[in-house]
Amino acid sequence: MIDFSTPPYLLQAHTSVRRVMVQVLVALLPGIGAYVWLIGPSILLQLLVASLAALLAEALMLRLRGRPLGLFLSDGSALVTAWLIALTFPPLAPWWLITVGTLLAIVVAKHLYGGLGQNPFNPAMIAFAACIVSFPALMSQWPVLGLKLTLVEQLEMIFGLAPRIDALSGATPLDALKTALKIGEGNIDIPTLLATQEVFGTFAGRGWEWVTAGYLLGGLWLWQRKVIHWQAPAGFICGLSLLAGALWLWNPERFASPLFHLFSGGAMLGAFFIVTDPVSGCTTTRGRLIFGFLAGVIAYTIRVFGGYPDGVAFAVLLLNLCVPLIDMYTRPPIFGMKDGK
Amino acid sequence: MISALAIMALGAVVLGAALGYAAIRFKVEGDPLVEKIDAILPQTQCGQCGYPGCRPYAEAISAGEAEINLCPPGGLDGVRKLADLLGREVKPLAAEEKPKQVAIIDEQTCIGCTLCIQACPVDAIVGAAKQMHTVVESLCTGCELCVKPCPVECITMEPLTEKLDNWKWKYPVIEIRRVA
Amino acid sequence: MLQRLFSFRGGVKPETNKAPSVQVPIGLAPLPERLYVPLHQHIGGHPNPLVEAGQRVLKGELIGGAEGWVSAAVHAPTSGTVIAVEEHVAAHPSGLTTLTVVIEPDGREEWIERQVVDHRSLPPERVREFLRDAGVVGLGGAVFPSHAKLTAAKAVAMEDLVINGAECEPFMTCDDVLMRERADEIVRGIAIFRDLLGARRVLIGIEDNKPEAVAAMHEAVGRLGEDYQVVAVPTRYPAGGAKQLIRVLTGKEVPASKRSTELGVQCFNVATVYTAYRALAFGEPVLSRIVTLTGNVEQPRNWEVRLGTPMRDLVALGRPKPDTTRFLMGGPMMGFEIPDLAAPVVKATNCIIAGSPALFPPAPPEMPCIRCGACAEACPHELQPFDLYWFARARNFGKTQEYSLFDCIECGCCSYVCPSHIPLVQYFRFAKSEIWAREREKQAADAAKARFERRNSREEREQAEKAERLAKASVARTSGSRPAATDAGPPARPRGSSAEAGSGSRAESPTDAAAAPAVGDAEALRKATIVAAMERARAQRESAQPKNTDHLSAAQLREIAAIDARRAVLGSAGESPKGPDE
Repeated sequence: MIDFSTPPYLLQAHTSVRRVMVQVLVALLPGIGAYVWLIGPSILLQLLVASLAALLAEALMLRLRGRPLGLFLSDGSALVTAWLIALTFPPLAPWWLITVGTLLAIVVAKHLYGGLGQNPFNPAMIAFAACIVSFPALMSQWPVLGLKLTLVEQLEMIFGLAPRIDALSGATPLDALKTALKIGEGNIDIPTLLATQEVFGTFAGRGWEWVTAGYLLGGLWLWQRKVIHWQAPAGFICGLSLLAGALWLWNPERFASPLFHLFSGGAMLGAFFIVTDPVSGCTTTRGRLIFGFLAGVIAYTIRVFGGYPDGVAFAVLLLNLCVPLIDMYTRPPIFGMKDGK
Repeated sequence: MISALAIMALGAVVLGAALGYAAIRFKVEGDPLVEKIDAILPQTQCGQCGYPGCRPYAEAISAGEAEINLCPPGGLDGVRKLADLLGREVKPLAAEEKPKQVAIIDEQTCIGCTLCIQACPVDAIVGAAKQMHTVVESLCTGCELCVKPCPVECITMEPLTEKLDNWKWKYPVIEIRRVA
Repeated sequence: MLQRLFSFRGGVKPETNKAPSVQVPIGLAPLPERLYVPLHQHIGGHPNPLVEAGQRVLKGELIGGAEGWVSAAVHAPTSGTVIAVEEHVAAHPSGLTTLTVVIEPDGREEWIERQVVDHRSLPPERVREFLRDAGVVGLGGAVFPSHAKLTAAKAVAMEDLVINGAECEPFMTCDDVLMRERADEIVRGIAIFRDLLGARRVLIGIEDNKPEAVAAMHEAVGRLGEDYQVVAVPTRYPAGGAKQLIRVLTGKEVPASKRSTELGVQCFNVATVYTAYRALAFGEPVLSRIVTLTGNVEQPRNWEVRLGTPMRDLVALGRPKPDTTRFLMGGPMMGFEIPDLAAPVVKATNCIIAGSPALFPPAPPEMPCIRCGACAEACPHELQPFDLYWFARARNFGKTQEYSLFDCIECGCCSYVCPSHIPLVQYFRFAKSEIWAREREKQAADAAKARFERRNSREEREQAEKAERLAKASVARTSGSRPAATDAGPPARPRGSSAEAGSGSRAESPTDAAAAPAVGDAEALRKATIVAAMERARAQRESAQPKNTDHLSAAQLREIAAIDARRAVLGSAGESPKGPDE
C-alpha cells in the first residue's frame, strides 16, 4: 500500500544538516586566516589533528551504536566540533592534548548522550573545560607574540619532538592583563598597561584582535545566510559589554573597556559559533536572548573575577544546564492566543 | 523532668487532636484509587482477569490482591498505565493480547434461546425468546462472554476491521539504515 | 479604497508551478462508463443511501440524504441506472472502502425538475436547509458543510466575510481558472452568503501571483455594482489557509479553540460560493467540480469533472508521461498519494498531480532533530514543531496537547524547511489520530460501564421482585392452588450461569438460592426445549456443514485448534450448560 516513510508533502526546501554545518565551517575561515597570519601554519595542523580525531571517533561511535556511517559522518557536525576545539586550544599544544579533547567531546559529550542533536552540553566546550581543569599548564601555554617558528619547528613542537621552549610560556592578552593588574597591586592602571605593554594592540590583544574580528565577520555572514539567529549573539554581546561597560565607566583604571573584552579571548567565537549551537542552546526567541545575555554576563564575571583567563566555556556549560528551564518559561504564545487566553 | 514530660505529653495530645481532626475533616469518600484504576480498565466486563467485571478487578488491584497484568483487553498499554499509576513494575500480559473484536451471531443457526442475552454484561444483544438475536456492534465490547453459553455455537468473535471511521495515521517509519 | 494588509508569521515560498495548467480554459471531462459516487464526501454525518440497485436516477436526483445538521446531501451526477450500492475504494490515503452508489450513465443527461429559489424571499433557515440538501460543502479541500458555517454568532456582529481565492498550494489552479472564467457567478453567489451572515464588508483575497483572476474579479464586482473589495495578498504559503487569510485581510487571529464567527468573521472558498449560487439560481445541486490535472502530464489543464468519475479516467485525459510513478490528490504540501486510481473524484478533489521521481525526488533520509528552530520560524500558527515532534515521537500525547497539537493545520511548512528532513506533519497526524482513537475508546468504555451498571441494578431489582413473587406463590401453593405466573416474568436465568466465566458479580444472593427449588420445574421444561432446539440446530448444521471448512490454511487450522483448546479449558472451568460437543 502506501510507504509511510515518505512524507505527505513532496516538496522540500534545499536544506540539510550538512549544508548548515558546511556553512558554519566556511564562516570560520576568515578567523582561521587571521590566525594563520598571526601564529603561522601550526593552527592548520591542529585543525587537521582535531578533524582526524573527530572523524575517527565519530566513525567508531556510529559503528558501535549501529548507525549508518556514511550518512552521519558526512553531516559535518563532528568537523564543526573539531574545529572549535582546535581554535580554542593553544595553537602549539601537543597533538595528544587536542586529540584527548576531541575524543572527550565526540565520545563522551556527544555520542554517550545519544549523538547528533541529543547532547545537552556543547561538546567543544566540554573538551575545553575538561582539559583546562586537567592540564592547566599546557592549556595556558600560548606562544609569545612575535615568536616566529618555521613549519618544521612548529611540527616538532606539536608532536613533542622538540622541548617545549620558554617562548611558549606566553599568555593571552586577557591573562596578561589580569596578571599585570595583580602584580601591580593598584599602582598600575589599565590605560598605561595597554599603552606600554607589547601584548596589547589598537583595541584589544595585539594580533588577536584581528582573529576575533575574523570570527565576527564569519558570524555576520552566518546571520545573513539565516544559519544562525541574531538573538543569542546579540544577547551575548549585550551581556558582556553592558557589564564590562558599567564597570569600565565606574573605574576605567581597573577595568578594561567593553571593546577590549569583546575582541579578546573567546568572546567573538563564543558569540557567533558557540552560544548559537542550536542543539545545546535555547530554542525560543526570548530564550535565545536570555541564554546569550546570561552567558555574556557569566563569561565576563569568570574572566575578570574568576580564576581562569577566559570564561566563555564555563558560562556556556552553566547555561546549557538551564536551557530546559529557560525554554519552558519562554514558550511563545501561539497564533490567536496572544492576548492572554 | 516533670515539665519535660508534660510538654511532650501536651505535644502528643495536640498533634493527635490535629491528626484526628484532619482525618474527619478531610475524610476521603470511597477509594479514589479504585476509581482511577477503574478508569484505566477497558470496561469490557469480560471477566478474563478472573474477577466478575472491571470494578471488582480494580478493587482487587487497589487492595493489592491482584496483579496488574491480568486484563487482556486493556493490553500492554493498559498494564503500563496501571504500572504508572501504582508505581508497580510493568509486566507482560498474563494472557495473549488479542486484537479488538466483536461478536457476530450467525442468524441462520440462532435458535433464539436468549442465553447470550443473559450473558452479555453490557446489554449489547437484542432479541427475544424464540426470536433470532443479533449483536449491536457499536455496543459490543468483545468480551466473549456470550460465546460459550450459546448451545448451538452460532456466535463467533470477529476482529474489528479497519474502516475509514477508525483508520489511523501510522507511526512514521524512521529510516535508519544499519551498517552492514 | 486602500486596504490595509496584515501579515501572518512564518510560511514558506515554494515554487508555485502554476503556469502550465492555466494555458487552456476549463475543459468538460467526458462522461465515464461508470460513476462511483461515495455517500460520505464531507465532514459530518454519513448520508444514508436513498436508492437501490436497478433503480433509474435522473441527473441531480438525491441519492443520499443529509444525516444530521452537520452533513450534506449527495446527488446523481447524471441520469442513468444504479448498478449497485456497495463498498468501493475511497479517495483517501488509506485506500479503504466506503459505501458508494455505482451509476451507469445513459448519456441522456436528463435532469430532475430544478427548483429555482431567491434567497431573499426565503427565511434564512430555509436557505441553509436548501444548501445542505444541494450538497454545498467547502470545496477548498476541507469539505465542511457550508450551511453549518452560515450562522452568525449571537453576541458578535458579523463584520467581515472573507472570500478565499488565494489558492496558495503549488501546482493548483482550479480556483484561479474559476475566477477568470466565472467571476460573475462567484460575485453573485457572494451576495447569498453575505445576506445570510449579515456581513458588513466583503473581502475577496487573491494571491498576487494571479493578476488575471484579480482583474476578472475586480471587473465582475464593478459590473455587478457590488461594494466588495478585491485584495491581492502577498504570495506566501499558506496564505490560502482560512485562518491565515482572515489574519492577512482583517488582522484577526482565530485560535483553534474558537469559531471565526465569534470574532465576527467567516471565510468561504470561491468554488464553494460558485456552487451555492448554481444551487440557488439554477436549482443545480453540486454534481461536479473543477479539478486541476497537472504535474508530469502531457496536457496539464483544469477539468470540470462529474463527482464519482474514477480518477483513472480523469488522469487519462492529461496523458501522463511514461515515467509517472505516482499520483497525488491535493497539493504537494498537504496532499496525499492516491493508493488506487479506481477511487473516484469527490468534492474534496481539487487537484491531481502526476508525480515522477524527477518531479518529486524521494525524500532524503531522516536525520536527528538538531533543534535549529527553522520549523518554529516557518510555522504559521507559531507552534514549536520540534517540541511537538519530540512528544509525538515518544507517544507522549498528553504533552502534545499541552503544546497545542490541535492548533496545527498540517500545512507542511515545518517539514518543508526541516534540514533534517523529518516528516513532522506525519508525526502530528499520527499523534492526532491516536488521541482521537483514545477518545473514542474512552467514550466506548464509559458507555460500556454505564450499561453494565444499569444492567446490574436492573437485575438486582428483578431478582428482588421475583423473590417477592415466589414468596407469594409459595404462600399460595401451600393453600393448594399453583399459579403458572412464574413464566410471565422475564426469562429466568439458568442456575449456574452466574458463576461461570467470572460473570458472577450478580452472585447468588440468598433470595436466589431460596427461590431455586421453586424454579426447578420451569427450568426443567426450558432445558428440555433447549435440548430439542439444539438437536434441530445440529441437524440443520450438519446438513449445511461443509461451508467454509475446506481449503483452510495452516494458520487457520491452528487458530481453530487454539479456539477449541480455549473452549475446552473454559468448559471445564465452570459448570457450563451442555454444549453440543458434550
